[in-house]
Amino acid sequence: MPTAVAFTKRASQLLGSVTFWRGTVAIVAFILIWEIASRTGLSRVPAPSGVVLTFNDLMRDPSYWFSWYLSVRRVFTGFIAAMLLGIPLGLGMAVSRTFYGISFPVFEVLRPIPPLAWVPAAIIFWPTQELSIMFVTFLGAFYTVVINVIGGAQTIDVRYFQAARSMGSSGWDIFRRIILPATIPSIVVGATVGIGIAWAVVVAAEMISGGGSAGSMGGAKGGGLGFFIWNSYVGGSYTQIVVGMISIGIAGYISSALLRKMGEMVTPWLRDQ
Amino acid sequence: MNYEPARSRGSPDLAANAPGAQERRTGAIRIANVVKIYGSEGAGIRAVDDCTFDVPAGKITVVVGPSGCGKTTLLNAIAGFHSISSGTIYLDDTLLCGPGRPQADPGPDRIVVFQNGALFPWKTIIDNVSFGPIVQGRLTRKESIEKARFMLAESGLRNLESNYPGEISSGMRRRVEIARALMNDPKVLLLDEPYRALDSLTKSVMHEALLETFDRNQVTIFFITHDLEEAIFLGDHVVIMTTRPCRPKKILTVDIPHPRDYSILTAKRFREYLDETVEAVHEEALKAFAAGERER
Repeated sequence: MPTAVAFTKRASQLLGSVTFWRGTVAIVAFILIWEIASRTGLSRVPAPSGVVLTFNDLMRDPSYWFSWYLSVRRVFTGFIAAMLLGIPLGLGMAVSRTFYGISFPVFEVLRPIPPLAWVPAAIIFWPTQELSIMFVTFLGAFYTVVINVIGGAQTIDVRYFQAARSMGSSGWDIFRRIILPATIPSIVVGATVGIGIAWAVVVAAEMISGGGSAGSMGGAKGGGLGFFIWNSYVGGSYTQIVVGMISIGIAGYISSALLRKMGEMVTPWLRDQ
Repeated sequence: MNYEPARSRGSPDLAANAPGAQERRTGAIRIANVVKIYGSEGAGIRAVDDCTFDVPAGKITVVVGPSGCGKTTLLNAIAGFHSISSGTIYLDDTLLCGPGRPQADPGPDRIVVFQNGALFPWKTIIDNVSFGPIVQGRLTRKESIEKARFMLAESGLRNLESNYPGEISSGMRRRVEIARALMNDPKVLLLDEPYRALDSLTKSVMHEALLETFDRNQVTIFFITHDLEEAIFLGDHVVIMTTRPCRPKKILTVDIPHPRDYSILTAKRFREYLDETVEAVHEEALKAFAAGERER
């Protein structure tokens, strides 16, 4: 299979590169220093060896994975809602001066309010706690998506419009064949940044809103990786705190990588340039 | 790989442009007393002032002049991208813009090829070239792609179809853009310093390719440039503009028959035309400099 060949080739390139080994050595050194610092009492952060052991135990604990599931569901629901509402709103504002005049001032008044400041209001206004966390996550991604869409659509080179118009494009053609594709790269940027913010927000929202009672982690309400960290703190399990932090790092990384990959797929013209 | 339908569609056009049919040729532009003032009437900048000249059908008319003199303003008025303040511009018997109609409607009979190129980066070469007839509803997507294929093959750009514009050289991009323009069967091609950013070797290849295309299609060409050698090599008529406000200072008829190739560059007649142009343009450049015009 050609893909397998390509993979082997890439792997051997990687193993032969100085940059790769430099990075590996740096990470190993970092973990080593951390381990030594913890063991000698220089630092109160639990040693990586302990973290690994805890991680190993948690891998077999369904409630840990349930926390993952809850956070992922919240992030993606909020994020997808932000894309579904943010992209049309941004495009609308970029295309119509009237619509821009009406909606942009409102948008700009609400935008500086940090999503986390919405937590109490969201808990009051939404019927369930789940919805209120999703709403706050949505806000985290929403503003970034809208701002990027507006920016992307407004900075399209006028030559493309002129060329399209002189070749006889209607207004709808120009929207569909010029504005939309020309804005895709900005949408991808907005989405990649937006999902990062969504993760930051969901963790904090989960910590603030809390779970059910301690111990029913992953219960009917609350839960999630943010609550997992908070609960570990309350329960005094410091290695679990670190596992939770690393888990969020991994989740954020995977989400961004996924979006970058999807972004590359929808912008084939930007590859290897 | 069957280009026959495209070829048969192309042949009536070729017949119309055959030497015997010259009197039926369309695509003449008549620019009369055109004035363009930017900003408010009183304090505005007069970019074009009482500009009158003809762009004959089926010929290459090259406009040269100092930087910022208003050549592009004129091109934009013909294309319908900008309005004029007074005067008239006709395409054959159709009024493009004039009294009561300050701005022409852009249309596929006048296609612009821009200085920095305007191929859509998100479309492949074949989708770029087939764009016009599809949005005009003149051809189905399939027919248009077939015609585009024929057009690209004719310009020697056969293997670029599935590339994106960012993946090919800037010289190739210009040729693709001209192919895209010709897909619309325009009466006039408006070229705004299309080869400015190219190195001189690529430029000479582009010139010959353009002349070849021109000999094949006999479309009217309105060409703006700074490069005087380019102007005389390409042009049947060279319109030398005054510094701002812009109006024709001198119109030179280059009496060198087509098809032209690079051997004429060393011909005595070519040097004489060049000397004549250099003198006229230099005078205007000095005036522009004295007037404090900054080079752009």
